Amino acid sequence: MKRSVKALVAGFALLFSINAAQASDIKIGTFLAVTGPASFLGDPELKTLQMYVKKINDEGGVIGRKIKLIHYDTGANPKKAVNFAKRLIKKDRVDIIVGASTSGTTMAVIPIVQKAKIPFISMAGSVKIVEPVKKWVFKTPHTDKMAARKIFIDMNKRDIKKVGLISGSGGFGKSGRGQVLALASEYGITITADESYGKKDTDMTAQLSKIRATNPDAILNFGFGSGPAIVTKNIRQLGIKLPIYQSHGVASKKYINLAGSAAEGVRLPAASLLVASMLPSSHPQTEVIQAYKNNFEAKHGPVSTFGGHAYDALYLAVEAIKRAGSTNKARVRNEIENTKNFLGAGGIFNMSSSDHLGLGLNAFKMLEIKNGDWSIVE
Amino acid sequence: MSDVLLQSLITGVTIGSAYALVGLGFAIIFNVSDVVNFAQGEFVMVGAMSAVSLLAVGVPFAVALFLALVIAVCIGLILEKFAIEPAKSATVVSTIIITIGASIFLRGLALLIWGKDFHSLPAFSGETPIHIGSATLTPQSMWVMGVTAVLVFLVHQFFNRTITGKALLACSANPIAASLIGIPVKRMMLFAYGLSALLGGAAGLLIAPIAFTSYDAGMMLGLKGFAAAILGGLGNPMGAVAGGVVLGVLESLGAGLISSGYKDAIAFIILLLVLFFKPQGFFGKAGEERV
Amino acid sequence: MKRYRGFFALASIITLAPILFPVNYFVTVVGVSIAINALIAVGLNLLMGYTGQISLGHAAFFGIGAYASGLLTTLLSWNPWLALLVGLLATWLVAELIARPILRLKGHYLAMATLGFGIIINILMVQPTHITGGPDGLSDIPVLNILGWDIDSDIRWYIVANGALLLGVWVALNLINSRIGLALRAVHGSEVGAQMMGVDIEKIKIKIFVVSALFAAFAGSLFAHQQGFISPDSFSFHFSIELVVMVVLGGMASKYGPIFGAAVLTMLPETLVVFEDYEVLILGAIMMGIMIFLPQGLWVGLSQKIKPLFIKKTISVEPAGG
Repeated sequence: MKRSVKALVAGFALLFSINAAQASDIKIGTFLAVTGPASFLGDPELKTLQMYVKKINDEGGVIGRKIKLIHYDTGANPKKAVNFAKRLIKKDRVDIIVGASTSGTTMAVIPIVQKAKIPFISMAGSVKIVEPVKKWVFKTPHTDKMAARKIFIDMNKRDIKKVGLISGSGGFGKSGRGQVLALASEYGITITADESYGKKDTDMTAQLSKIRATNPDAILNFGFGSGPAIVTKNIRQLGIKLPIYQSHGVASKKYINLAGSAAEGVRLPAASLLVASMLPSSHPQTEVIQAYKNNFEAKHGPVSTFGGHAYDALYLAVEAIKRAGSTNKARVRNEIENTKNFLGAGGIFNMSSSDHLGLGLNAFKMLEIKNGDWSIVE
Repeated sequence: MSDVLLQSLITGVTIGSAYALVGLGFAIIFNVSDVVNFAQGEFVMVGAMSAVSLLAVGVPFAVALFLALVIAVCIGLILEKFAIEPAKSATVVSTIIITIGASIFLRGLALLIWGKDFHSLPAFSGETPIHIGSATLTPQSMWVMGVTAVLVFLVHQFFNRTITGKALLACSANPIAASLIGIPVKRMMLFAYGLSALLGGAAGLLIAPIAFTSYDAGMMLGLKGFAAAILGGLGNPMGAVAGGVVLGVLESLGAGLISSGYKDAIAFIILLLVLFFKPQGFFGKAGEERV
Repeated sequence: MKRYRGFFALASIITLAPILFPVNYFVTVVGVSIAINALIAVGLNLLMGYTGQISLGHAAFFGIGAYASGLLTTLLSWNPWLALLVGLLATWLVAELIARPILRLKGHYLAMATLGFGIIINILMVQPTHITGGPDGLSDIPVLNILGWDIDSDIRWYIVANGALLLGVWVALNLINSRIGLALRAVHGSEVGAQMMGVDIEKIKIKIFVVSALFAAFAGSLFAHQQGFISPDSFSFHFSIELVVMVVLGGMASKYGPIFGAAVLTMLPETLVVFEDYEVLILGAIMMGIMIFLPQGLWVGLSQKIKPLFIKKTISVEPAGG
């Protein structure tokens, strides 16, 4: 009996200590939605991280040390994200966390990283992540607030005054809807209708004919996944000829493929990455974007902006570690906050103690879909 | 407002037709085996995803659709043979869990085979819509409604006019008696699963050009189909069809006239009310409990 | 004392685990999740295992408890314990209200009704964004405080969550061993038969439904404070299914099976991190496999095999446990 207990204890001890890595590695933890409803975010993000960690290590690592990437799949489930964040902090003892594909999983782990005092760079969209500023939390993607502003500015130029809004009922759509409703009056725009659709809805013509009855000048859709493509098709099927605006949530070729010819003329704000080949060579980001695009497409097929957010998060962390000269968490955090003129895939980052995103509105380009491809409006 | 109403009706009947086909599948299986097959929605996904893959490798359109149906039927047969038949004496709760398990399993398998992307099928005959006032009807909607009507008619005739169909109904009424008079109950069960999978697969092919498809597209359609079958009264195939159309129209009217955010809640609240006040559905027959 | 032997064994395991492995992630972090899930599963097992009624919407009650605590403590700055009580009260009301019509349904109709109920509650969490925070969830839920003692570390949560679990198991055991328990088993056997023996089935089923909802709501309140953040995803249809699997995996109507089931299912994603793409597949296979080959559940199946060993162990442990 006694012996078997001892063996059991030894066995457990062995099981639990297996993950202890060499102290010399810099450990970067990440938890992404590689499966589940937000896998279109997590999948390119993980591929990007793995690709560039390997590249950095092949080139000799950072401050003389190799990077070890530790990843867990959350399936976009906040419960899992909480446990995996704790696992990264307590068990794997990572030096920094990059990751969380969705706003829900990001918000869920914020109390934990704040308490553990570990730098955390999120790849999720919601503006709530960095407003108000949380000491240890940063993010790389453009916010829904920026997208809403960018869209409204373009609408002002086209003299669009009345907008029919339709949004997805997921986190991205809901959060974007909130920003649109809050900011519209600032740009002199009235929202004539405020409709929504579910994640797995198959047809939105009922909502759209309701929107049409309110006589808007344009229709704005905030959402991601298959919803926006269905909305786009439905609008044209109904014979509605109004201008369509989409959010940066559809910034991938998949959207054009799904919506087909109905997507012609649709406008949306998106990162320069989508139009890498059309950027003038004088554009400061051209080089970094082109390199990322080539690297990613050589291995994994068409690039999306989501992978670009992971690239930015990883390199923000790596650059900060370089400047700090160590993995001391407080110093790395300070260095991330001191990031100036960092050329990323999403834009040029200038962080400060009051801005933990550091991107300006110019990080977005207003695009229009023409002949089944992106084109730059301005 | 009348435009919204008309458009909601058109949309509702279209989507409702898909629910009806799935619900019909539920009803047929329930009729024969007293099992509610929660994996029914996955047949929809398998049909659509198979067609997408076949088209991608260059199989002609009509052949791809046919082969996709064959694949869906095979999945149905395999499910019956390896998951339902071995658990013959299972209780209601266990069969619910087995079929939910099967549905999760098939979804996991689809994820491995087809990945996580959304896919679309081309519309069967163009996308030029027909205008009725300011409401519109797409050719694909007509395909959905038309094919559903034909399939429902065929199933109805099958149950009422053919020996096999009547034998199937006999299995449900009394399996022991049925086997005593020489009806091969086991084969009938297989047949029922094959038929349901065929209907589910057909729904998938019809709806994919409208709603796209992905590895997890089956779950919601499965739940809605189940709701349709319950609404119509589980044991009654034609009730399930009516239930499907009613559910589709309810949802779409809810979205068009009341609130698109709460439309699913509205549909389910009505479903609960029907269950509470007419527990056997619109057309169900009252069951007796065995002591 | 004999009927509580298993209870003491469980208490001993729970007490010994953090003493043996004080800083182990799987004990102090995953252990909390297991305890919370197990508490719901024990309650659901009362319903599923002892009355033979299925609920595909139990995540809703878990969610009502969690949102009551979350909303009242953040929006209205209530005391967490008062919020917890109100959450339980609200759950009681809701459960009592729907129990009567819902439990009149049988088999598949009951499954559909509970499923629909779960979906409606989930929509109510998602849609009123200005109150619930919508899909982005509710943040900054304050910590729980017990007699001036802030529950803000993993080990403290381990103690509270597992204490709650033991309390729940104790209540469940007493219920099973009471006259109601006897009647319950009669219901599962044959409703008509039990009715003929003068058992008021309707009343007992409602009572058990409410009790099992309260278990879930209590776990929900703890969950809200433990996570500090809640969002509708945690209370979805998918979680309702997982709860059912926990009960079934352990073995319906087995006293400790649901705890075992909860432990296995909570550990599953933690141990499958290498096979993440296969996780869904494996979950589905487990559900089918158990029901086809081991319909009485893995726990019951296993414990029958190792029973001689098991009994010896509990005897040697009992004096230490109390």
